[in-house]
Amino acid sequence: MLSTPALVLAIILFGLGLIGLLSRRNILYMLLSLEIMLNAAALAFIAGGARWGQVDGEIMFLFILTLAAAEVSVALGIVLQLSHRFRTLDADAFCEMRG
Amino acid sequence: MEMLFYIAAAVTVLATLRVITHVHAVHALLYLVVTLIALSLIFYLLGAQFAAALEIIIYGGAIMVLFIFVVMLLGPLAVEQERTWFSLSAWVGPSILALVLLGEVGYLIASGDHPTMAVAEPRQKAISIALYGPYIIGVELASMLLLPGLIGAYHLGRRLSSEARSC
Repeated sequence: MLSTPALVLAIILFGLGLIGLLSRRNILYMLLSLEIMLNAAALAFIAGGARWGQVDGEIMFLFILTLAAAEVSVALGIVLQLSHRFRTLDADAFCEMRG
Repeated sequence: MEMLFYIAAAVTVLATLRVITHVHAVHALLYLVVTLIALSLIFYLLGAQFAAALEIIIYGGAIMVLFIFVVMLLGPLAVEQERTWFSLSAWVGPSILALVLLGEVGYLIASGDHPTMAVAEPRQKAISIALYGPYIIGVELASMLLLPGLIGAYHLGRRLSSEARSC
């Protein structure tokens, strides 16, 4: 069965995405890391569906795909706005809220 | 089959490592496309042919095109000071990883070790029935998510163009 190594791969990919999200300060790379993490979650669902021979895993993959499409379109609009206003993509430069 | 999975998994992890460590946005996107194609092969090996096709069409096609358009619109901002590490040979890495995947697909086709239409068709039917049966509320929620996404993206993009005109 391939589902156990697939789950391990999903964990590795999620960890890599999380490391990228935390370590990169360029907002575009943070978005890419988010995409990697979403893909890792989708892989975990597919592996679970393959393990039990059910179609639910693939249906959850469809929903994750929809979520990713909506998220990316809005997030890239925000990236364009930020780059237009601040002339940079550095996440540390967006500090108007003094967080 | 097992060996193919492990090779594709190695390609995925390598390409992902390059995505999060690369300094040039376009090359990171190239590696991300390789990651998505390798993941699609893994989905196929796990028996999810429909998900594999969607991964390439929507993720590798539509979403990556969005990213590439934005990187092109951003222009020099996406490169920042990281331009100093930029080298023209950066496309070699994604090409090698993609060639490995191509070899795997060629082996799959040549060995005939893939599910036929007779196996794949009832599964697609089961997915469709489940999607519009017990999961119909999820489909409705997805449509309710996509419409605000569309309006939000339109709103954010529209204000950008009007401000650009004013100044």
